[in-house]
Formats: sequence, structure tokens, C-alpha cells
Amino acid sequence: MAAPTTLPSALADAVRDESSLRRFLHGLPGVDQVGVEQRAAGLGTRSIKKAAKLHAIDLAISMVDLTTLEGADTHGKVRSLAAKAKRPDPERPDVPKVAAVCVYPDMVKTAADDLVGTGINVASVATAFPSGRSTMDIKLADTRFAVEQGASEVDMVIDRGAFLSGRYGQVFEEIVKIKEACGDAHLKVILETGELVTYDNVRRASWLALLAGGDFIKTSTGKVQPAATLPVTHVMLQAVRDWKQQTGELRGVKPAGGIRTTKDAIKYLVAVHEVAGREWLDPNLFRFGASTLLNDLLMQRRTQLDGHYSGPDYVTVD
Amino acid sequence: MSDRITVAKTYKLYIGGKFPRSESGRSYPVSDSKGTFLANAAQGSRKDARDAVSAARKAFGGWSGATAYNRGQVLYRVAEVLEGRREQFVTEVAASEGVALKKAQTLVDTAIDRWVWYAGWTDKIAAVLGSSNPVAGPYFSFSTPEPTGVVAVLAPQQSSLLGLISVIAPVIASGNTCVVITSQDRPLPAITLSEVLATSDVPGGVVNIVTGRTAEIAPWLASHGDVNALDLTGAPADIRADLERSAAGTVKRVLRNKQNEDFTATPDMSRLRAYLETKTVWHPMGV
Repeated sequence: MAAPTTLPSALADAVRDESSLRRFLHGLPGVDQVGVEQRAAGLGTRSIKKAAKLHAIDLAISMVDLTTLEGADTHGKVRSLAAKAKRPDPERPDVPKVAAVCVYPDMVKTAADDLVGTGINVASVATAFPSGRSTMDIKLADTRFAVEQGASEVDMVIDRGAFLSGRYGQVFEEIVKIKEACGDAHLKVILETGELVTYDNVRRASWLALLAGGDFIKTSTGKVQPAATLPVTHVMLQAVRDWKQQTGELRGVKPAGGIRTTKDAIKYLVAVHEVAGREWLDPNLFRFGASTLLNDLLMQRRTQLDGHYSGPDYVTVD
Repeated sequence: MSDRITVAKTYKLYIGGKFPRSESGRSYPVSDSKGTFLANAAQGSRKDARDAVSAARKAFGGWSGATAYNRGQVLYRVAEVLEGRREQFVTEVAASEGVALKKAQTLVDTAIDRWVWYAGWTDKIAAVLGSSNPVAGPYFSFSTPEPTGVVAVLAPQQSSLLGLISVIAPVIASGNTCVVITSQDRPLPAITLSEVLATSDVPGGVVNIVTGRTAEIAPWLASHGDVNALDLTGAPADIRADLERSAAGTVKRVLRNKQNEDFTATPDMSRLRAYLETKTVWHPMGV
């Protein structure tokens, strides 16, 4: 097994072979389920108002990976999504643009052509999304295709079947190979926490993805319930924080699926600040995978600035 | 007579088919006409009104999409359940409005009849207010009335049940959903009405009832971007102009009724008509 970067000796040991990897992952401290859920709920009660709220809304908008991953996607829909990404609220040019547009590989070119020169990234899901049930060759071809088409970020899914049966080495190899196939593109590793069952597994999968070179760890595909939850995101934020302490490297976290309201988004931002730290409050290190969230953020932004409640008539229908 | 302690009722709000307490945690004492304490009612806040508007918006698709016949049946069912609660309403109206039992009975009966009167209108509105239009061209042009959306209703301050029913029924008969701010000092019959609505096939969110200070909550509804119409019936005189002004900011339909409207008289169609939009379709023909 090849370590992707130069790691401190303890971590380099962990990726020497499959059995040491297993030993390392099973040696990680267990997650206190009650504790992490209570802490997440506690931080969720923080009251963020007025100027701080407005700042949080703008920050959250700039962190959105505007996503459309439907069988019914068309080029037209992707183009309108790209237009929205560039200028989320056309009446208010001061609204920040979103971080990225996230689409299926065959839509990447459409999105990339529309977003040239805007600084907005094009993310593509790959590796037989959302199930990840295909051969390695197909997953690699999927990834290469997405990158060729112009994706600057690739969202891969791990093989949950392999992970849950304890074949950590196989999952590790896959991530390493996909990372190679990505070239310069950023790699986000989707753990699909809804299928991992326990927080311990989430912690192990997070470390596995970080060891294998994932630039981001992402909660879910959005196709499985439960998708992103606050406690799961807490566990993942702890992993990137610990990763930084041990290696000095900054890796990102992306909760995706089920975050629909500004209130939710702000709870996540509080968690980022308190669990990982202030430097993660940055679109390069924290993202929201979402589609309906953006409209709610825009409505809340209008409510804050106009002094009265806004409504869905004032934002686009996606 | 046993020395049993009666179970006092907690009067709560009615939002989205549920009975929550006010988000603000506040309540205020309600007295009868002589100043004797009756109960504590929830004192709704602007956030309760906001939640009520989202509930009403959520319910609008289903309620406006239901057939007029079906809406009529549901409203008639409400009248049936109202009838069953007649005694309770009589007691509450007598206490709230300080009228004699006999008078209260008449008021409650008129209120139930009023509900039935509006229930009968549901499938007749389109026939009366719609039209096929004579046009100079090869088109069949017709207009149909459609519900405007979410209506914020400031219920009359004096008439606690008859007045309340006279302002709610016309709103929902045509397929709108509503957020009602009850009479500030006489909210109890309204809360009992919400219990009737909750148990009579009216989908949750079609009628949302918020008790509290009208002058505190009304401005938030008047300026709300997701409210399509405003009924000023119970608005305090000193803030009427302001409410109309802020309603204009989001182009709402505003019903300016005459103050001290007499609700005992048989109504006309004006309240039904106030919350309708006309859709006109030009259909090519003669091909």
C-alpha cells in the first residue's frame, strides 16, 4: 500500500499494510454516542442574531455546492443552475456567489462552459454514484471522464459493502487510485454515513479517507436517509481537526443532504467553529451540499435586510 | 356535590393542525365582560405568525386544488361538529361578550347557519363570478375565479364567534388558506373553534389561529412577503393606515370593511369576492 503523502511515522505505519491499517482504525478511540449527540444539540441552541446572522448567511451562501443530481436533469436545468450560482439573487448584486456547482459527469461540460472565469468550481460525482457498485475500471473511467470534461472537484463514493465487511485495504486502494485519476482536481470522499450505522464507523471511515488522500470528507450522497446530521458532522470535524494536529495539513468537510433551512446551516457553522476551529469557516474547507438551502438563505437574507418576512415568490423556482 | 377539582384547560395556538404554545412562552389573562378572570391564553409573537404563514402556504396547494364540491362537504362537516359543541360555545360567548344566555344562543345559532351559508357557496362561486367572454376573434375566452393564496385575517374585536366565523368562512370557502389573529380580549371561542376544525376533516394549516395582541402581530403579517391578502376587520383604528401602507409594499389584496360591521345581518358576496383572482383563458377555436 502506498501512502499518498509523506506522513508522520505513526500514520505512515498505519498505511504500511492492510493489517496495520485495521489495527490503526480499530485503535481509534470510540465515539461517545450520548456525548456527541448532546454536544451537537447543545451547540445547536446558540442564538445567532442581527449582524452575526447576516454574516453567517453570506458565509453559508459562499459555501454552498449547488447540486442537481436527478435522473431527470437536462442541460437547460444545469445552465439555469449555473446562472443561479453566479448571481444567486439577481436583484442584489452584493450576494456572494456559491462555491461550486455539483452535477453528474455528463453534465460537467455544460456547467463548466457556463462557469468559465467566474471562480466557481464544477464538482462532479463519479465512481458509479450513488451506490458505488461497479468495477474499479469503470470507476476510474468515470472519474477520468469527469475531469476531462472540466470538473475541478470530484465527489467519489466509497464501497460501503467492502468497508462494512472490514476490507479496509480495498477501500483505501480505491481512494488512492481515484485520487491519482483526479490529477489536479480536488477529491471529496463520500462516506455515506447513513449506511455506516455507528459513529465509530464514521470515525474510522473519516480517518481512512484522510489517510488515503481525500481532500474533503463528505457525509452523504443525499440519496440515503438519514443524510447529513449534526452529530455525524461533529465526528467528521473532529477527524479533520485531529488530522491537522498530527500532520499540519488542512482537510475539508462537506455535509450534504437534508440541510434545508438557514437555521440548520447556522447550526453547522457553529459546530465548525467550535469543533474544528475558525480557520475551517472557509469555502475551501467547509461546504454545504444542497439545492433547496440556497433559496432559504436568500429569503432569510432578504428578511434581515428588508425588515420584514420574505417569501418564495421572491426567489427562483428550481 | 363532590369536592372534585375541575380540570382547567390550557388555551393554546392552532398552527398547522397542531396546538403549540406560543414560541415566546408568553401568555395573558383573559377576563369576562365584568373583569372576572376566565383563563390564560397564549400570547402569540411574530414568530408564531411566521410559522402560521408557512403552515398556511404548505396547506394551500392541497386545499385550493380540492374540488369545490369536496370543500363544501368539509365545511358542512365543520357545521355538524359546531352543532355538537353548541352548549360550550353558548357558555363561552355569553361569558366573553357579556350577553344573556338567550342572546348567546341566538348568536351561536346564527354563526353555525353562517358557516353553512358559506359552505353552500363553494361550488357556486365559479358559476356566479366566472364568465365566458364575447371576444372579436376566433377564440373561446373564459374567466374563472381562483383563490389568491394565504390570507391574513384580523378577526373582529367585539363579535367573538359570529364575527370570527363571518370572516374565516368566506376565506376558506373559495380555496384560500388563512392565518387568523383573534379578538384580543375575547379569544376563547376562537380556540374552541380551532378544536372543532381540528376534528372535522379540515386539513391542518388551512386555518391557523393565533391569539395575542393584534397591534403587535398585525404589522408582521401586513408586511410578510408570503401573505397574499389582508383583512383589516379587527385592526385597531390607529394602525390601519400603517397596515395598508406596508401591505402595499408586497401588493396584497386588502379588505377595508366599514368599522363596526353588523355580523347578524345576512352577508352578501363581498367577502367571498375579496380574496379571488380572475384567470382568463383564450382558447383557439374553429380549427
